[in-house]
Amino acid sequence: MSLRASPFVRQWLQSDGKAVTLHTGKVDIGQRISTALAQVVTEELTIAPEEIRVAPVTTAGSPDEGITSGSNSVEHSGHALRLAAATLRHWLHARLTDAEGCGPWILENGAFRREGANISHSIAGLMVSEDWSNLEVDTGATPMAPADTLPAPQMRGLKDMVRGSFTFVHDIDVPDMVHARVVRPPHARATLASVDTGTLSRLTDEGLQVIQSGNFIAVAGKGEWAIVRAAARLGVACQWARNGGLSEEDVFGALTRDNAIRRLPVVDGLPLEDEPVPAQPANPAYSQRFERPYFLHGALAPSAAFAVFRSDVLEITCHSQGIYPLRDSIADSLGLAPEKVVITHMQGSGCYGHNGADDAAFEAALVALELAGTPVLLKWSREDEHAWEPFAPAMATELAAETGPDGQVAFFSAEVFSDTHRGRPRAGPDRAGPARLLANQWRDCDVPAPTAAPNMNRHGGMHRNLDPVYTFPEKRLVKNLVGGLPHRTSAFRCLGATTNIFALESMMDTLAKQASEDPVRYRLNQMQDPRGRAVLERLSEQIALRATPPDTGGRGIAYAQYKNAMTRVGMCVDIDMADTGEVLLKDVLIVADAGRVLDRHGLIAQLEGGFIQGASIALSEEVIWDRDGILSRDWESYPVLRFDRVPQITVDLIEAQHEPSAGAGEATPGPAIAAIANALYDATGMRMTRLPLTADAILRHAAAL
Amino acid sequence: MSLRLCINGETHDVADDPDTPLIYVLRDTLKLKGTKLGCGLEQCGACAVLVDGEVRLSCVSPAGTFEGQKITTIEGVGATRAGKRVQESFVAESAAQCGYCTAGLVVAVTALLEQTPSPDPEKTRTALAPHLCRCGSHPRILKAVETAAGRS
Repeated sequence: MSLRASPFVRQWLQSDGKAVTLHTGKVDIGQRISTALAQVVTEELTIAPEEIRVAPVTTAGSPDEGITSGSNSVEHSGHALRLAAATLRHWLHARLTDAEGCGPWILENGAFRREGANISHSIAGLMVSEDWSNLEVDTGATPMAPADTLPAPQMRGLKDMVRGSFTFVHDIDVPDMVHARVVRPPHARATLASVDTGTLSRLTDEGLQVIQSGNFIAVAGKGEWAIVRAAARLGVACQWARNGGLSEEDVFGALTRDNAIRRLPVVDGLPLEDEPVPAQPANPAYSQRFERPYFLHGALAPSAAFAVFRSDVLEITCHSQGIYPLRDSIADSLGLAPEKVVITHMQGSGCYGHNGADDAAFEAALVALELAGTPVLLKWSREDEHAWEPFAPAMATELAAETGPDGQVAFFSAEVFSDTHRGRPRAGPDRAGPARLLANQWRDCDVPAPTAAPNMNRHGGMHRNLDPVYTFPEKRLVKNLVGGLPHRTSAFRCLGATTNIFALESMMDTLAKQASEDPVRYRLNQMQDPRGRAVLERLSEQIALRATPPDTGGRGIAYAQYKNAMTRVGMCVDIDMADTGEVLLKDVLIVADAGRVLDRHGLIAQLEGGFIQGASIALSEEVIWDRDGILSRDWESYPVLRFDRVPQITVDLIEAQHEPSAGAGEATPGPAIAAIANALYDATGMRMTRLPLTADAILRHAAAL
Repeated sequence: MSLRLCINGETHDVADDPDTPLIYVLRDTLKLKGTKLGCGLEQCGACAVLVDGEVRLSCVSPAGTFEGQKITTIEGVGATRAGKRVQESFVAESAAQCGYCTAGLVVAVTALLEQTPSPDPEKTRTALAPHLCRCGSHPRILKAVETAAGRS
């Protein structure tokens, strides 16, 4: 896709004669993609990373690479950039050979040097002196062989981050800029009944601007603290009709076949239209339902966006993962031509999927349109982000299995239930782009309510990793898109894979015990993939070297390959149990094969970080609400994993340098959750199947036995 | 109304209302944007600064309560040997992903090492527990503490 939309080398690489600038459509969200992409250019053109610039990602010229998601950036943008750089290198080499003879030319330190002669041409210089404007990326260009001698790259931007000089969207500060805040309803069903006119006129007298359209109401003016206080006063002045409040129905009770608006069989990871759903196993030896609640992306920084409307152009700077789809959705919402909306990415805090970023961008745009010519920095509050980001959907996965005489799985059935994971604003039927922007559900406009449609991509949406990576002879996979649930939902890191791997790997653990088989061996017996087997063998060797957990503790194993196509991960988690019922994470071992390693520290950081986010989901995270609104509105009502609960983590990389690089940002959360649940089973004999595994839930489970 | 604050070794007279939480004076009035707002509720640690060498959160406490005290923000932390060492160890250990929690953590680790030059891992974990990192950079941050303490 990346090269289809941007086929010319100049769309990926440019130079001013001194430095080389790489262009990408993938945005840095803390996953260090800019570091990895610069490393690709270093590898192909031998230019030192500090001499490579990374252009801001903007709809005014960057390659359109859709949404930065699904751990695809290294495979999409990295692959495209590698081919672009390799094409350029071959072309420049051929030009030099034509013009100055065949050398031999040696490429090092970013320059072609003729052996034995004092002649050197820098690539950056050649990029200015030669005309390669029509050079198309050759998809057959031979990349450089992986070199073992290159140092692991340093993370771009980190030196500024530790000094406080790195600029996030939140830090934008330009002359005449105003701050803005939105006053939000108590919950998603409420509507604005009235606003106290006395407060409105006092705010206006103080030089503040109140912007209102339907149920959308915002305040803007000079000084951030002044606007925080003004928003609080305006909040008190708003009366909301509750309209019956939020549904308090048990969401797990609603995740059923009866409530499915679409029910589709899945074969080889792909949902099929118009195909019958196969029958369930008649006599399953194993049958279990696994559940996860709604949870948050929970960005550390509440979302923010900058916008200004001048000369008929709406300029937006934001931390969206998909600036082109967002541009089209905002243009459609406002009746503007897409080229009249220019969106540039700037880093926010880590997002882990679709959080408030896109909604904040649109809200900043709405305020900027009202205050034409005035730059606007709009920020969400902590409470806004907790209560109004699109949540990770609550899910259920029902497994059933028939086993053979050897205890191995003969017939595997997995049926998954979930609301949509596709809440990102992007063009689609029923004006899907505008419909998925929160403010369009509040302001006066003709945008319809969003409707959920099943994700039909391979390993997309809720059925990501529903298809087991093991060689089960017979499989029955079904996805159920459930509608009518109380909360807005969208893409969270790993989509359905966290739940599906939690389910599958819990089952494997139970069946291994039933078969009196070592859990790693049990998995190996049902796996053909040689690289997966190598990961499990390494895991087994490493476990043999570890001390067994104490009597009060336990050990859990899990394996997964993200989308059955990306990074392979084997994991071992040792826990201890506190008297309070709390799971104490002790020692974690992660064995991973991510193919060719571009950014070693970045890769390890993603694997560790994925474990910690998975552990936080496994042990703590759950959105709670009642009829009056979301109750999880800060870090006390929505606790997450902190430093005092972080275990010792060891990452063991199997470096397959001659295999393609595989995305690793979503490789560990699923197996982390499963391995923790398996360790809990090992420690207590209790098979817990609903997340989170809090001390309360564990004590309740024990009391019910 | 006027406030006199000593920040990073310099005296600043500012016209902000003394009830304004310190972070807004730092970021908005003095343009010291390195200190980050994460919650405004003293729950996440992103806004940590040093006040007379102690870690303090700046998102709630009124700026007026800091008069007469020595405030050090992330912009000034590198002026001390301990602070510089912490910054260098964060870089050496790649102790960040998105980097939004980093400023608060550099501040907190600097204070920890000033008070306990060689903290044991449990003490470090407890000292950093008020600070959230949602990317899961904890293992690398803990390693950076070890490096800054001269232990690895």
